[in-house]
Amino acid sequence: MANYELQDLIDWDARIRDKVAEFGLDCYPQEFEICDHTGMLGYMAYSGMPSHYPHWSYGKSYEKLKTLYDHGVSGLPYEMVINANPAIAYLMRDNTLLLQILTMAHVYGHNDFFKNNFTYRTTRAELTIETFKAHAIRVRRYTEDPSIGVDLVERVLDAAHALSWQCRRNLAIRKLSREEQVTRAIEAAQPKNDPFKRIHRPQEFHEPEVQRVPLEPDEDLLLFIRDYNPFLVEWEKDLLTIVDEEAKYFIPMMETKIMNEGWASYWHKKIVESLALEQGLHLEFIVRHNQVIRPIPGQLNPYHLGFRIWEDLYRRYTDPTPEEIKRDGAPSKSGLEKIFEAREVERDTSFIRRYLTEELMRDMDLFDYQARGSDLVVDKVSDPDGWREVKETLIRIVGTNGIPVIKVEDADFGHNHTLYLKHSHDGRDLHLEYAEKTLSYLQRLWGRECVLETTLQGKRSQLCYNERGFSIRALK
Amino acid sequence: MPTDTIFREYRPSDAERSDRSAGDRLRHRQKVRESIRENIADIIAEESIIGKDRDRVIKVPLRGIKEYRFVFGENAPGVGQGDGNAHPGQVVGKVGKDGPGQGEDKAGDRPGVDYYETDVTLEELIEIMFEDLELPNLERRALREIEAERSSKRKGYRHVGIRVRLDKRRTAKQRVMRKLASVKEAGAEPPDPVQAWQPRRFPFHQDDLRYRHVEVETREESNAVVICIMDTSGSMDTMKKYLARSFFFLLYQFISTRYRNVEIVFVAHHTEAREVTEEEFFHKGESGGTFISSGYQKALEIIAERYHPSLWNVYAFHCSDGDNFDSDNPAALRAAEDLAEVCNLFGYGEIKPLGSRYYESSMLNIFRRLEAPNFHTVLIERKEDIWPSFKAFLAKDRIKETA
Repeated sequence: MANYELQDLIDWDARIRDKVAEFGLDCYPQEFEICDHTGMLGYMAYSGMPSHYPHWSYGKSYEKLKTLYDHGVSGLPYEMVINANPAIAYLMRDNTLLLQILTMAHVYGHNDFFKNNFTYRTTRAELTIETFKAHAIRVRRYTEDPSIGVDLVERVLDAAHALSWQCRRNLAIRKLSREEQVTRAIEAAQPKNDPFKRIHRPQEFHEPEVQRVPLEPDEDLLLFIRDYNPFLVEWEKDLLTIVDEEAKYFIPMMETKIMNEGWASYWHKKIVESLALEQGLHLEFIVRHNQVIRPIPGQLNPYHLGFRIWEDLYRRYTDPTPEEIKRDGAPSKSGLEKIFEAREVERDTSFIRRYLTEELMRDMDLFDYQARGSDLVVDKVSDPDGWREVKETLIRIVGTNGIPVIKVEDADFGHNHTLYLKHSHDGRDLHLEYAEKTLSYLQRLWGRECVLETTLQGKRSQLCYNERGFSIRALK
Repeated sequence: MPTDTIFREYRPSDAERSDRSAGDRLRHRQKVRESIRENIADIIAEESIIGKDRDRVIKVPLRGIKEYRFVFGENAPGVGQGDGNAHPGQVVGKVGKDGPGQGEDKAGDRPGVDYYETDVTLEELIEIMFEDLELPNLERRALREIEAERSSKRKGYRHVGIRVRLDKRRTAKQRVMRKLASVKEAGAEPPDPVQAWQPRRFPFHQDDLRYRHVEVETREESNAVVICIMDTSGSMDTMKKYLARSFFFLLYQFISTRYRNVEIVFVAHHTEAREVTEEEFFHKGESGGTFISSGYQKALEIIAERYHPSLWNVYAFHCSDGDNFDSDNPAALRAAEDLAEVCNLFGYGEIKPLGSRYYESSMLNIFRRLEAPNFHTVLIERKEDIWPSFKAFLAKDRIKETA
């Protein structure tokens, strides 16, 4: 059972915060809530939100977490922290004092990351709690409305959840409005200024198709359906908006999982080590810290990967080896400056591309694998020939790159309001069963036929879903 | 730092009060149940549930509650971390399993870990299966509702009653008690010495009499008997027998789950029919030719002897491959007519594993001439047909009121 009082936590928190300030971390105000394991399971099921709209999938996720926990398959996380201002973190009541200290230090790492990394700028942390609460109130109102009811709400939510990650990934890039897109299309169609106009053949003028919907391929499927399906009623549109907003709130977490966990682990280590713990606590710290950041053979532990890159980056700018100086030149800034800069301007893909070195990859023995028959077989390892390829594969699976890129090409395909989408195939085929079911959800929301162009085993194909069901057409 | 950190202490009362996921969990369970119901036909076809223990746990695939998204299929590569000597060609996992590189971080990356099946005991499964089935037309005729149970129970004692129920022992006890009480009452003054030696008469009084009280309990319930008739002739091969038995097994489970007072009679026939036990019915095979009429005659006999239709709701179900001796067909038709007359429902299931109906004779053509409204036929061609045909016989809303 717990070997501490609340006052102990408050005292330790004060010491940790001194260190946080000393190291230059820049955090939102922090709130800690102490909860038991049931509470923790509850928060986990609802992504940590104190208030969240109801849907059966959260019940499912709770049951699953609970079953795993009850059977000892998985433990509970030591903490959970949400990106909000003030940042809210949950501490498990039954943890030991050392775990609470470690956890609090770790939480401040996340907190700093949330506040400073550029991907989180779009999440409006100061409104997080209120936004989720407002969503919950709206969804509950629709559920309780006798003319709507839970069945209809679920019909829309089920479909919307299936499509929620099909949205823009880099939210820092502003999406152009329709008017801006039209202006841009017209400008692009203008003949270019040609200093040799007199001797050149006059340029042909291609009239831009400004009536076309969408003008440029659109990745925000839910918002697109909301804006261009005239048969949706207001509450349905609102549900789509809610689901889309929530997905976009979580996109940055997905985009920075490795950096974020690595960053928090890096700082909890620095902070706790600087606290000069008594020996017993310190030994426990070493054990716990290694449990968190240990490599898991055959898998990829984001804590480990992130932690190693941050550590390596700091070392290369503080204490580079002669070969590194020869290759990269002498460091222009201090290690601390460098890592603070990286935590602000990178996300997982760019972070790995820039800072995961060949040596580090070899040291961690990273490999990529591919399915061959029913086996997963190692394809390339991090040797001088293969490391680039392993790195490329890694970049392709981190962040939101694990989600297929699917864009709306045409809302009026064949002039019969068929929704035409295109999957940007990058060598990875879609899972067909999942694609079929997800298309059926898409068709439910769009109300008419939906066609998805993709590549299946090297052949261009169209997956169609209409009122008669699912079909696959091969394209020439 | 500008503001102080806020600590919110743990309060057990809060934790107990807020079970926020209760509603969503309930909804999820409803979905699981629905999903099981939708898949019952497949479960019955896949699982050999005949004669299985009711506590047995069955794996039931759940299709309705998977959360689908666009994800990559199996040709998507992954990255893992080795133990220091990973080499090309090394096998690191199995496709479809939770392979390497499947950390929690890649939400939406692949189908991933989702539970596709749930464990259900046979008992639960049967309960879900039979939720909306019922013996049709059970309460159609009020006349058939008779005392299902008649029991007399002793219940206490009364001062009044009939002679035969007089409880002598208790009555005598009462008298003694009364006598003692009267002595005590009189005890204030010394007993009369003259009368002390003379035995004083102390007769029984009306108040001493105690009668046993008997309460008669009757429970009105409709009586029903289900007659299962199965063809066990030589032409019924293993597959056919399996299908027929599966059907009857469902019927048996259904009846014993839902009705307490329904009797079940098993009749097996080839050229002759005889009544058999449940054990024999489900586990024994026989051989020989087929006279379907014999099975029906036996059923009629049993009904005449034990289950008079004015007192009983009679249901008869017959499973056969329809490969009857031609000479028996007229007799079979006649017997079927008779049977349809005395039964609330008479069902005939013809078992024709795929293809066999092209070269074997069928009773379906012959029974087509039978025009009783309570006679129904189904064709069972494969395992998947068992559940639909079973439902066709027993669905609640199937029978239109013919009266």
